[in-house]
Amino acid sequence: MSAQTAAASAAKLREHDRLRRALRHGGLLAGTAILAVMILGAVLAPLLAPHDPYDQDLGNRLVNPIWHADGTWVHPLGTDGLGRDYLSRLIYGSRISLLIGFGCALISGVIGSALGVAAGYFGGRVDMAVMFLITTRLSMPVVLVALAAVALVGGSLGVVVWVLGLLIWDRFAVVIRAATQQIRGLEYVTAAQAAGSSTWRILARDVLPNVLDQLLVVATLEVAHAVLLEAALSFLGLGVQPPAPSWGLMVSEAKEHMFFSPWLITLPGVGLFALVLAINLLGDGLRDIAAPRRDR
Amino acid sequence: MLTYTLKRLVLAALVTLTVSVISFGLLRLSGDVAAALAGADATSADVEYLRRHYGLDRPLPIQYLDWLGQALRGDLGQSLYFKQPVAGMIRERLPVTLTIGACGIAFAVLLGIPLGVIAALRPNSWVDRAALTLAVCGQALPSFWFALLMILLFGVVLRWLPISGFERWQHLVMPTVALGYNALPAIMRLTRAGMVEVLRSDYIRTAYAKGLARPAVLFKHGLRNALIPVVSLTAVQLGFMLGGSIVIESVFALHGIGHLAWQSISRRDLPVVQAIVLIISCFYVLITLLADLVNASLDPRIRMGGAR
Repeated sequence: MSAQTAAASAAKLREHDRLRRALRHGGLLAGTAILAVMILGAVLAPLLAPHDPYDQDLGNRLVNPIWHADGTWVHPLGTDGLGRDYLSRLIYGSRISLLIGFGCALISGVIGSALGVAAGYFGGRVDMAVMFLITTRLSMPVVLVALAAVALVGGSLGVVVWVLGLLIWDRFAVVIRAATQQIRGLEYVTAAQAAGSSTWRILARDVLPNVLDQLLVVATLEVAHAVLLEAALSFLGLGVQPPAPSWGLMVSEAKEHMFFSPWLITLPGVGLFALVLAINLLGDGLRDIAAPRRDR
Repeated sequence: MLTYTLKRLVLAALVTLTVSVISFGLLRLSGDVAAALAGADATSADVEYLRRHYGLDRPLPIQYLDWLGQALRGDLGQSLYFKQPVAGMIRERLPVTLTIGACGIAFAVLLGIPLGVIAALRPNSWVDRAALTLAVCGQALPSFWFALLMILLFGVVLRWLPISGFERWQHLVMPTVALGYNALPAIMRLTRAGMVEVLRSDYIRTAYAKGLARPAVLFKHGLRNALIPVVSLTAVQLGFMLGGSIVIESVFALHGIGHLAWQSISRRDLPVVQAIVLIISCFYVLITLLADLVNASLDPRIRMGGAR
C-alpha cells in the first residue's frame, strides 16, 4: 500500500517535473504557439478568409499588397496572376500542408513502428529482413520516386499523402527498432514473458507505451519532412494540382511574376518556413523533455 | 576486415538488385508501354506490332532479366521521347549533377564540421546558440524557396551572381548553397554531439594527463573519434543530394540528370525515369558502401562486428 502510494507520488512528481521543463522550454512554447495558430487558421479558414480562394477576377490581376502605396484592404495581401485573393489562398493553403503533414506521418508512423517493433523485439531473421528493407528504401531517391508515382497515379491530395506516407517510414523504423531493442532486455519484459503473456500483449502493454516518447519525436520530424516534400512536389508541378492553393504550387505559379511581384513568392514560403520551423521546435522540445541533455 | 568487406558487398549487391526490380516494376505498372511508344494516333495493329517488336508480349520476369542483362552491359534502353539511347543521355548530363552534388556536400562539410567543433568546445556560448539557431532555421527552409530568394537577392537586386547557366564558377555558387545548406544542420549537430561525448571520455583525460598540448588532444584524439559517425552521415546526405538535386536543377535551369528526370516524368518517358532512379540508387549504395569501409578501417569495433 505504502509502496504503491510512493510510486504513484513519484510518478506524479515526474509528470510535474516534465510539465515544468516544458513550460520553461522556449522553443517548445514558441513552436506550440505557431502551430496552434496555424491549425486554428486552417480550421476556421471559411470564417477568416475574406474571399473565396478559387474566385478569379481577371480585372484585378496582381493587385499590390497593403504595404504598397496602391494597396487596398479589399485584398490585404494582393492578388495573384489570376486575380485570386492571396490572403484567402494562403489561409486555405495551410489546410493542405497540415493534412499532408499529419496524414503522411500517420501512415508512415504505422508502417515504420510496426517494422521497427518487429525488428527490435524478434531480432534474428526478422531484424535482418527489416534492416534490408530500410537500406533498400533509403537507397531510392524519395523526391524522384514520389514524383514518378504521383505522375503515374495522378496528382491529388489523397495520392500525395499515400505516396509520401508509403515512402518516408524509414526513420520511424530505425528509431523504434533501437528503442525496442533496449526495452526487450529489461526485466519487466522478461517477467511478462515468464508469466506467460502473449507476444501481442507484451508488445501492446510493455513495449509500445515505452517507445511512445521516441515515436512522438520522430512523428514531428516526419510531419515537417512531409510538408516540405509536398511543397517540393507541388512546386515541380507533380504534386497537388491547380487550382488548389498548395503553398508549393503557389510559389511555382508566382515564378513568372517574381521580378515585379516578389511577395507572391515570399509569402507562401514564409508560411512553409513558419510551419516547418514550428513543428521542428516542437519536436526538439519534446526530445529535450523526454531525455534532458546533460550538456545543456 | 575481409569478412566485413565481403558482407557489405553482398548487401550492396542485394540492395541494388531489389531497387532494379522496383524501378522495373515502376515502368510496367504504369500501363501499356507499347501504346506509349506508338503514340496517340496509332492503330491497334501498330501497337501490336511494337509490342512484339520490342518483346513486350513476353512474361514479365523474362523481360526483367533481359532488361537487367542489358543494363549490366551499359545499355539502359531507348528514350521514348528523344528516340536516343538512355545511357548516352545520362552520361552527357551526369557531370552537372555530380558537380553540384560534390560542391554541395563540400559546402556542408566544410562549414558544418568546424561549426560543430566550435559549438562543442564552448557549449551554451553565443557561438553554440547561433549555430543551433542556424541549424533549426536551416532545417525548416524549403530548398526551392531558398533558391528563389537567393536568385531575387543576389541575381536581381544586387546583381552579384548569374541566375542560370553552367559555364563559370559563379554559376555554381547559388546551386551549391541551395543544395548544401540542407545537409549542414545534421552534420553540424552530429559533429557537436560526437565532440561533446568524446571530450567527456577517459582517454581524453588521459591524453591531457600525459601532457599533450590542447590542439593535439582535440584533433588527434577528439575529432578523429567524433567524426566516425559523421562520415556515414555525410555519405547518406550526399546520396540524398543527388536525388534532391532535381529541385535545384529545375530552379536554376541546370541540365543535369535531375532536370532530365523531371522532364521525362512529365513526358511519361519511363525508360529514362527508370534508368535515372537506378543510377541514383546505385550511387547511393556505392557511396554508403565506401563510407562503411572507411569507418571500418577507422574503427576496429565495426569490422570485428561488435556492438556499437
